[in-house]
Amino acid sequence: MSERTLSGKAAIAGIGATEFSKASGRTELQLSCEAVLDALADCGLSTKDVDGLVTFTMDNSSEIAVARELGMGDLRFFSRINYGGGAACGTVQQAALAVATGVADVVVCYRGFNERSGDRFGQVSQWAAAQVNTNGLDNAFTYPYGLSTPAATVAMQAQRYMHEYGAVSADFGAVAVADRKHAATNPKAFFHGKPITIEEHQASRMIAAPLHLLDCCQESDGAVAIVVTTPERAADLKQKPAIIAAAAQGSAPDQYVMTSYYRDDIGIPEIGVVGRELWRQSGLGPADMAMAVLYDHFTPYVLMQLEELGFCGRGEAKDFVKDGAIELGGRLPLNTHGGQLGEAYIHGMNGIAEGVRQIRGTSVNPVPDVQNVLVTAGTGVPTSGLILSV
Amino acid sequence: MSTAEWTHDDIMAAVEEIKALGESEPKPARDPINQPMINNWLEAIGETDPRYTSGEAPPAMAQVWTMDGLDHTKRAAAPLHRTMQIFDEAGFKSVLGTNCDQVYLRPVEVGEHVTLSARLDSVVGPKVTGVGEGYFVTTENTWRVGDEVVATMSFRVLKFKPGARKPAVDKTRLVRPQMNQDTAYFWEGTALGELRIQKCNACGELRHPPGPMCPTCHAADRGYVVASGKGTVFSFLVHHAPQLPGKELPITLALIELEEGLRMVGEVQGGRESIAIGSPVQVAFEKIDDDLTLAQWAVVE
Repeated sequence: MSERTLSGKAAIAGIGATEFSKASGRTELQLSCEAVLDALADCGLSTKDVDGLVTFTMDNSSEIAVARELGMGDLRFFSRINYGGGAACGTVQQAALAVATGVADVVVCYRGFNERSGDRFGQVSQWAAAQVNTNGLDNAFTYPYGLSTPAATVAMQAQRYMHEYGAVSADFGAVAVADRKHAATNPKAFFHGKPITIEEHQASRMIAAPLHLLDCCQESDGAVAIVVTTPERAADLKQKPAIIAAAAQGSAPDQYVMTSYYRDDIGIPEIGVVGRELWRQSGLGPADMAMAVLYDHFTPYVLMQLEELGFCGRGEAKDFVKDGAIELGGRLPLNTHGGQLGEAYIHGMNGIAEGVRQIRGTSVNPVPDVQNVLVTAGTGVPTSGLILSV
Repeated sequence: MSTAEWTHDDIMAAVEEIKALGESEPKPARDPINQPMINNWLEAIGETDPRYTSGEAPPAMAQVWTMDGLDHTKRAAAPLHRTMQIFDEAGFKSVLGTNCDQVYLRPVEVGEHVTLSARLDSVVGPKVTGVGEGYFVTTENTWRVGDEVVATMSFRVLKFKPGARKPAVDKTRLVRPQMNQDTAYFWEGTALGELRIQKCNACGELRHPPGPMCPTCHAADRGYVVASGKGTVFSFLVHHAPQLPGKELPITLALIELEEGLRMVGEVQGGRESIAIGSPVQVAFEKIDDDLTLAQWAVVE
């Protein structure tokens, strides 16, 4: 490994969250502030220790608003990463870059939204087509026809994937069943105590065929915050640090936001870019992962991610996920918090928190002997990922 | 006049003639109010009120007494029947009852003999409705015993042309495309019925969606070719939920691989039953309004 590496130069010291609901009853800024305070309390730091803040687009609370609200001092680093949920792990990457280079010492990544009681992401994103920039121009070739919801854009890819590799809807359903099984034993999950069967998945109504309702993640209200600092400082704090063994972003050739339909393969090569970089930075590989948190906004993307990340060959994910392989006790448990189908949809930030809990050994659904956890952000868009290690 | 020759003014003029006739001559019921008919009605409705087995007729039977029976000639002079004939001839052949408001002024009794008079009250239209374009026809009906009014009824039907269905949504409310000088040629093309594909004037590479610079040779000198409009379905989905502005669900959306080797998103009209990956399709331009025409697709049989 060359001298120029990010691996091992930063750690996640604290995690925090609000409750996850469908109607928080308070503003998004308040939710974010609550989550930041919770994360700082988790590791024993105060708002005065924070000198950096990172979030990502589609968050309505600015970094300076959070800093003002919490009475923070000088900020030496602040960043807002593009492409919505694809940036979740990117926030930690940028925080890690900042602390690794001494640009900042304690950076908090946050995401807070009323994404169910307020502006629902599952509905038509009129603003996305109305924005006067290149993204708005890109959407001119999809939205006016009616291709204008996240589920529909994924359904286009899913149908082709099924055609090419022989996957069927029930293969996607295996992801939903695993997520809901894990959520069922997680008291913080919205679907706590509510597992589903594959039959219920198959019987759920069509949203954008071939996607059923239960292939789509929830819409949630809530917030999550992650505290990043140096491994040395983290070691002196309250919790066992989750070392950032790798942190990567990825965009592939001819990349669009949810509609990368014009390249040869209309799958999700952007997460392949992330995967290769994560393995390169960490020196680890798929076999080193006892579990993974794979961003599950839509179930087909989880199968495609398993392939892009090298857990199985192209077209083999439908067999990989069979027979409980991705459930607790299986070959590669996924999304042990319940994922975004089961716990909550906080744009991937709750998945990072679960990765940290697995490293600490405090998950409600612990996987034995976890040394490394892979966490990914939203795909179909320019994306990101992390490997957290003990 | 043949169907094609009837104008709105013709219809309304003929209607005015019927309205001018006013109330029709009182037409006596075939039979006086009688217990056997009341008993049939009570049995059919499930009514058990003892008043109706001791000489009083149920008020809701008002219309029963003056039914025409099977002899169509008996109703020939009725204003409603005459109005219906006008609309049949004008091509509005379907009928749908929409309102029936009855008022009972006093109970009638076994042995009394009612008459029915009717007049055409109003004709309103043309209206575009959920079942088709048509006219609302309202008649006022009056039942009397001698000169005494015992019941009235305002009766409204819709006479319509089926098939001319009102769109459930206003398609002009769809999400509008952003355009700029790099992309305007595409939309100018669809307005003219041309499916235009950007072409690099330097290296000849075709491209969609368009942009200012050729990704291959970096030339900014660009033009376009007009595509054949033939392609195949590369992938597709059927959108069921949520509601989309300007669209009537479900709709089939597809990624079309053009004969020229590029891909383009569009709706495959009526594609839900017949579409598959590989289905041949042909472009079918859909004019939304003067500002926007979409390149949509139809399955080639």
